[in-house]
Amino acid sequence: MKALSIRQLRKTYDNGFEALKGIDLDVEEGDFFAMLGPNGAGKSTTLGIVCSLVRKTSGSVEIFGQSIDQNFAKAKQMIGVVPQEFNFNQFEKVYDIVMTAAGYQGIRPADAKPVAERLLRDLGLWDKRDVQSRMLSGGMKRRLMIARALIHQPKLLILDEPTAGVDIELRRSMWQFMQEINRQGTTIILTTHYLEEAESLCRNIAIINHGEIIQNTSIKALLSQLDRETFIFDLARPIEQAPVIEGFDVHRTDATTLEIQVQKGQTLNRVFQVLEANGLEVVSMRNKANRLEELFVHLVAEPNDKPAQSDIPVTV
Amino acid sequence: MLSRFMLSKYHWIAFETILVKEVRRYTRIWPQTLLPPAITMSLYFVIFGNLVGRRIGEMGGFNYMQFIVPGLIMMAVITNSYSNVVSSFFSTKFQRSIEELLVAPVPSWVILWGYVLGGVSRGLLVGLVVTLLSMFFTHLTIHNLFVMVAVVVMTAVLFSLGGFINALFARKFDDIAIVPTFILTPLTYLGGVFYSIDMLPDFWRAISMFNPILYMVNTFRYGILGVSDINVWAALAAIGGFIVVFAALALWLLERGRGIRS
Repeated sequence: MKALSIRQLRKTYDNGFEALKGIDLDVEEGDFFAMLGPNGAGKSTTLGIVCSLVRKTSGSVEIFGQSIDQNFAKAKQMIGVVPQEFNFNQFEKVYDIVMTAAGYQGIRPADAKPVAERLLRDLGLWDKRDVQSRMLSGGMKRRLMIARALIHQPKLLILDEPTAGVDIELRRSMWQFMQEINRQGTTIILTTHYLEEAESLCRNIAIINHGEIIQNTSIKALLSQLDRETFIFDLARPIEQAPVIEGFDVHRTDATTLEIQVQKGQTLNRVFQVLEANGLEVVSMRNKANRLEELFVHLVAEPNDKPAQSDIPVTV
Repeated sequence: MLSRFMLSKYHWIAFETILVKEVRRYTRIWPQTLLPPAITMSLYFVIFGNLVGRRIGEMGGFNYMQFIVPGLIMMAVITNSYSNVVSSFFSTKFQRSIEELLVAPVPSWVILWGYVLGGVSRGLLVGLVVTLLSMFFTHLTIHNLFVMVAVVVMTAVLFSLGGFINALFARKFDDIAIVPTFILTPLTYLGGVFYSIDMLPDFWRAISMFNPILYMVNTFRYGILGVSDINVWAALAAIGGFIVVFAALALWLLERGRGIRS
């Protein structure tokens, strides 16, 4: 079953700006789905319409088969939303915010209390339950919004840049939490500017730009479009000159660093053979850029920003 | 499949949640919401009712203190029910916590009546506080309980609706002060709180008849004292009519997403 089904969705704002130009999008039940796009591309408008924060101009949106126009209440009961900006009353206490959200969902306090306690404990906020939300750190505020979004145990969770401004340690613990929720059956739609996040967490992806979906596929299929990757090799000892490796483009970026381009179909074994033959010891190796990031930058680049054809690392 | 009964139960819980949140808000900040009207009205009682009133003598067959008490209670109800909804709902918009409601399965009419009843509860609570305070200064009897209760509740509902509509249109905090300062306060002071319109020259008397607050104050005064400058039943009907119009307008604006959805 489709968790989200969007057909010919259009949005033109009052100032005439056409934010969505008739997009179609499906997200399968149980998916961990990434929606990427540069700022102003239309992803927040799309999710805003799904959550009823933005009025659509035309088109249809169904959540688990329920139309947001005809079955407003049923559709909304299935969605939990974690917005990009903090949107709770800064003067209310943590526990009250979560319980109020439960009340809006029509859940009696007696039924909501155990769920609220479990969520606040899982998210490390139970000790802060009687603290006014404005006193929380940025990371805690983000976790509070996640707890609030999950209080009615939605089938579809929408996360709009949930880890923006969160330190790495907390971000990774939030990833684990989201993956666990997804494993338990909650469909998740994630927007993020951290492409490493999308690559690590998500199975399928849509890239939206200028109000249109320009890619909608699996992450694996998208990454297979890369026809070359650039690797950085850190060497144990300095070298004067880059070694010559037949079929590979090798650059010495400093005395102990090599940058090597590997074409689709080539293996790294040949590279290591030559390096070893030249007595060069490799301390570490990494991708020059996140693979998804490389693709994303190319896909959403304006025509004038695109590099020369020979430099384009994809076959799209 | 949710039955209609289940949906009704959900709506009731959502309504109760909004109402409790509203009551919790204004009781939490009671020095800003409940104390000031008590102090202001006590000053009115002391200065106008007691000190100045003793020199004025009778008005409408009652001493001046007795005459102004119903008007001052009504003034407190009007300003507090209006300001509770306009400030609370606008703050909700301003802090974007309105989104909590918009993403939840809460119909517009539940949102509207949750906030309106929150405003009504504050208006009536402050009205009760002012009434209790007035008993230190004068003796009040109830002439017609039904009229008294009906008009005070209906007035609180009407001005709560007005506050809600104001909040929907407001874009900045200045916008929520314009109506209370430039419209409500003058209309209230000129609405027969401190005088009977029989005292006015014909021209100003005729002008006063267009002031809706005059009808509310006089109807409430009738409920307590049994005297009025106007027909109370016509006034009740008119207030009821305004409630229907304001409620329909507020619901229409909410459905359209005026000021809350882009």
